[in-house]
Amino acid sequence: MLHIKCPHCGMRSQNEFSYGGDATVKRPELNKEVTDQEWDNFVYNRVSPRGKHLELWQHLSGCRQWIKVERDTATHEIFKTYKANEEIA
Amino acid sequence: MTQSYRIETGGLINRNKKISFKFNGTSYFGYEGDTLASALLANGVHLVGRSFKYHRPRGFFGAGVDEPYAVVQLYRNGETEPNIKATEQELFEGLEASSVNCWPSVNFDIGAINNFLKIFLPAGFYYKTFMWPKSFWYKIYEPFIRKAAGLGVASTKHDKERYEHKYEYCDLLIAGSGPSGLASAYSAAKNGAKVILAEDKPRYGGSLLTSDVNIGNQSGKDWADGIISELKEMPNVTVKNRSQVFGYYDHNMLVMSEKVSDHLPKTKKYHPNKRLWYIRAKEVLISSGSIERPIVFGNNDTPGVMLSSAAKEYLKVYGVLVGKKPLVFTNNDSGYETAIEFKKHGIEPIVLDSRSNPQSEIIDEAKNLGINIKNSYVVVAAQGYKKVKSADVATISEDKKTLGNIENIVCDCICVSGFWTPTIHLASQSGNKTKFNEEIDAFVPGVSKQNETTLGAANGVFTLEETLKTSFEKGKELSKKITEKDNEISIPNVVEKKYSKHDKFWCVPLPKGKSYKRFLDFQNDVAVSDVEIALREGYRSIEHVKRYTTLGMATDQGKTSNLNGLQLVSEIENKVVPSVGHTTFRPPYTPISIGAIVGREVGKHSKPTRKSPIHNWHEEHNAVFVDAGVWLRPRYYKRGNETLFEASKREAKNVRTNVGVCDVTTLGKIDVKGPDAAEFLNRVYTNAWLKLPVGKARYGVMLREDGIVMDDGTTTRISENHYHMTTTTAQAANVLSHLEYYLQLVWPELNVNVVSTTEQWAGAAIAGPKSRDLLQKLFPKTDVSNEGLPFMGYVEGDLFGVKARIFRISFSGELAYEVNVESDNGRFMWEKIIEIGEEFQIQPYGTEALSTLRIEMGHVAGSELDGRTIPYDNALEGLLSKKKDFIGKRSLQRAAFVAEDRQRIVGVVPLDKKTSIPEGSHLVKDANAPLPNKKLGHISASCWSVEYDNPFSLAILKDGKNMIGEKLFVMSPLKNKVIPVEIVSSHYVDPKGERVRS
Repeated sequence: MLHIKCPHCGMRSQNEFSYGGDATVKRPELNKEVTDQEWDNFVYNRVSPRGKHLELWQHLSGCRQWIKVERDTATHEIFKTYKANEEIA
Repeated sequence: MTQSYRIETGGLINRNKKISFKFNGTSYFGYEGDTLASALLANGVHLVGRSFKYHRPRGFFGAGVDEPYAVVQLYRNGETEPNIKATEQELFEGLEASSVNCWPSVNFDIGAINNFLKIFLPAGFYYKTFMWPKSFWYKIYEPFIRKAAGLGVASTKHDKERYEHKYEYCDLLIAGSGPSGLASAYSAAKNGAKVILAEDKPRYGGSLLTSDVNIGNQSGKDWADGIISELKEMPNVTVKNRSQVFGYYDHNMLVMSEKVSDHLPKTKKYHPNKRLWYIRAKEVLISSGSIERPIVFGNNDTPGVMLSSAAKEYLKVYGVLVGKKPLVFTNNDSGYETAIEFKKHGIEPIVLDSRSNPQSEIIDEAKNLGINIKNSYVVVAAQGYKKVKSADVATISEDKKTLGNIENIVCDCICVSGFWTPTIHLASQSGNKTKFNEEIDAFVPGVSKQNETTLGAANGVFTLEETLKTSFEKGKELSKKITEKDNEISIPNVVEKKYSKHDKFWCVPLPKGKSYKRFLDFQNDVAVSDVEIALREGYRSIEHVKRYTTLGMATDQGKTSNLNGLQLVSEIENKVVPSVGHTTFRPPYTPISIGAIVGREVGKHSKPTRKSPIHNWHEEHNAVFVDAGVWLRPRYYKRGNETLFEASKREAKNVRTNVGVCDVTTLGKIDVKGPDAAEFLNRVYTNAWLKLPVGKARYGVMLREDGIVMDDGTTTRISENHYHMTTTTAQAANVLSHLEYYLQLVWPELNVNVVSTTEQWAGAAIAGPKSRDLLQKLFPKTDVSNEGLPFMGYVEGDLFGVKARIFRISFSGELAYEVNVESDNGRFMWEKIIEIGEEFQIQPYGTEALSTLRIEMGHVAGSELDGRTIPYDNALEGLLSKKKDFIGKRSLQRAAFVAEDRQRIVGVVPLDKKTSIPEGSHLVKDANAPLPNKKLGHISASCWSVEYDNPFSLAILKDGKNMIGEKLFVMSPLKNKVIPVEIVSSHYVDPKGERVRS
């Protein structure tokens, strides 16, 4: 079980969180014309990297905040966690 | 019955307390402090079971967790548990156990015929033989194999025992209370670190319980007792026996199973049977010791052949002789310790040492005691079927390839020692890349991946002096980092005997003309010949050899077999052991009860059942409940001998003609508040929300970004910046997360907050033509006329002193209202509605009637919004705003979603107006078309229309828009039904929706 540092609450066990997918995906702006390809990339297409990955997690059974977690997908090492609106270093 | 193998005095058992127990129906007794194994051996019982594949007789091989054979079926306090190791099960009064893997009895086992057919049962036999004909596998081969194989039998009864989970944090977790565990725990504890010391056995001390050493002028055991009692007094230390740390997981989390009650005849009141500890440790010290390796020889699985360390443990801890004419077969000095213990108790052992001229202190001691030692001698084969009767022995050449003349020595047990294998399972599970240590012919931990350190024998250190020194220092060093304290610890002086070098010899060659089975893996019946076959057939990777032969698998995880298997593979392959590599060690290290893993998550849904505040009333009025997610909802209220069908028809009919009331507390409710709430809803829902006035409700549909409908419900504007959103019962949690996602990550500039209010409100839906009359009586001060409270209107009212919210919304398609009060007033509200509704012939209705009402109105619910449909499919395209963007809108342009013949909701009526249509059935054009018959759609929901008194269903049908009036067939191969049907509009009743506005 992973040990994740919630930037709001501190170190907590994985079972308080739920996984939310790739955090680098950016939703196209509302009312903006987007091509099929751009939209498909947003909705469906994801890379599945081995190694460092920026992920979304929600502290579901805690503060309910969505956070960003920089994690190694192979070793499960967590490098850093960020608040939803925090600048990624 | 006398315990003919128990010595007069000695051992750590309590001879003042006799304990009686039964094994295979025979009564015996032992003493407090015995294990089932030691008590049986004291009674001279060696035959405990039959082997997995060949059904050969099985005895005891070890004395603890390393035991590969002696698994029994245990009976305790009316319960039974399979696959208990007799060597780990402590004796309690009234214990009953029986052998597994044998029929009709352990003494006469029909399956043993496999032993004589063994040439037909080599490695991979099942894979090769039961391949053909294919159809035989399912009906003939598999049931037969399952019956013949397998160990104990799981109980089919509900488990009365309670299991708990516990979460714990500590500075240092120390696994194993041998010398290294004790020393490191002591110095860490003295530095003020929070320490957990875990021991899997009942007694602390590990090897100190059986070794002949001296620490600080005391015996090893006395020193261990002193340290333990000091640790127990310290507030920062938790000492746990009967607790096995069995798994090392990510981020330094370890799991430990504590056997709280297994040693007692009955679990104490308020105690769990087992407790599973999830321990997050800053540092982990692995002091799990080592396990003696067997030497491989002919018939080395015969009962009476066992590890020499086990024989010593039975003698020193339990005062039990495993035999009276022991033969000790060793390639190192450990065997001599066992021989000396025998000799001290007046038994004459014979030692066979594979080495030609070993010299050491302990060998000198054995010689001085007059023990018969034969150098360059090996056991070629054990003789005897259910018990060792003698051993064929021979001299062996220096290169270990040639045997001399076979001699026979009469003996009743063979104690074997092939040196020691460090227990590296936990280190390996943590991700440590283990390395091969040539000195000890075994793998030891290499570079740590997590915060783990392995100490003592588990790290390949076999001298006590070095073990204590490094362990005291390590405990001190690691705790100092955490607590920043640095207490001086004086390391006690140690007196121990020095060992000479062991012999790398591990397998006795077969004598000419003999084909004895030489077992590597005792639990899974894997012999040398099986591994040879696997390699001959081309298996090279050790992982493949493992799976083909089952070497090192199952509950044993290769504790005694791993290294000898590797030695064999490397020898045949002409490689060195490290290049063959070992197989992955997987948790759990030793079997863990499923009950312990499950913990308190038992019963329905493995979760607490949620009940509405009106639940008790429903129960008192004969409600039959149904699961709705984690909630229990009344399905119908049974009157007399009514069936579900009759009751739901009555209830639905009453809604259509009079008035009904339904508990809708379970609906998800979310408060949406803030100056940008309207804008937010406008983006979340597909329809327009900016102009909804205060005091009005609106139906909304929300999509996922892929255009699929996520949920639907009504949202009411309570005040300027306050909306009350409802969701379906099932999606409540997902919708809240979804809203939070957009507010926190996508549109953080919106000033909106959302919070779940599901538990805060109790809800009652009042539906039917007489509902307004009833409402007026409930709220005499409120104007609930069609003008005062129009369709989709909202007012607040006073329900006999209780504040209530009144919504004019309808799921049933009738004139209907929903009243919400604070949860605590739920039952009060309900009883008032029933009481005052009596004059309007009110009846409560359950989910079955609710479904009937919504189906015949063509209102969609979870069975249509099933995660595969878009708004068009549900005839909801009218709710898609063209003027604004919303979540998922762009996806609706996808080609498949705008296809001319896109699926769409329709109504389905059987031509005979009688036959009920099973939900999930397929719609086809031609009932007689060859299979696979092309499916045009499926039945999503079925009911008996109370309006027309005939069956009616909803279906999602390809090109549904153009299919109205078509004649199709409903096919349900599961129910073996073919029903001719007509496709009609999904709005079967009141298609213009006049009733809700009346």
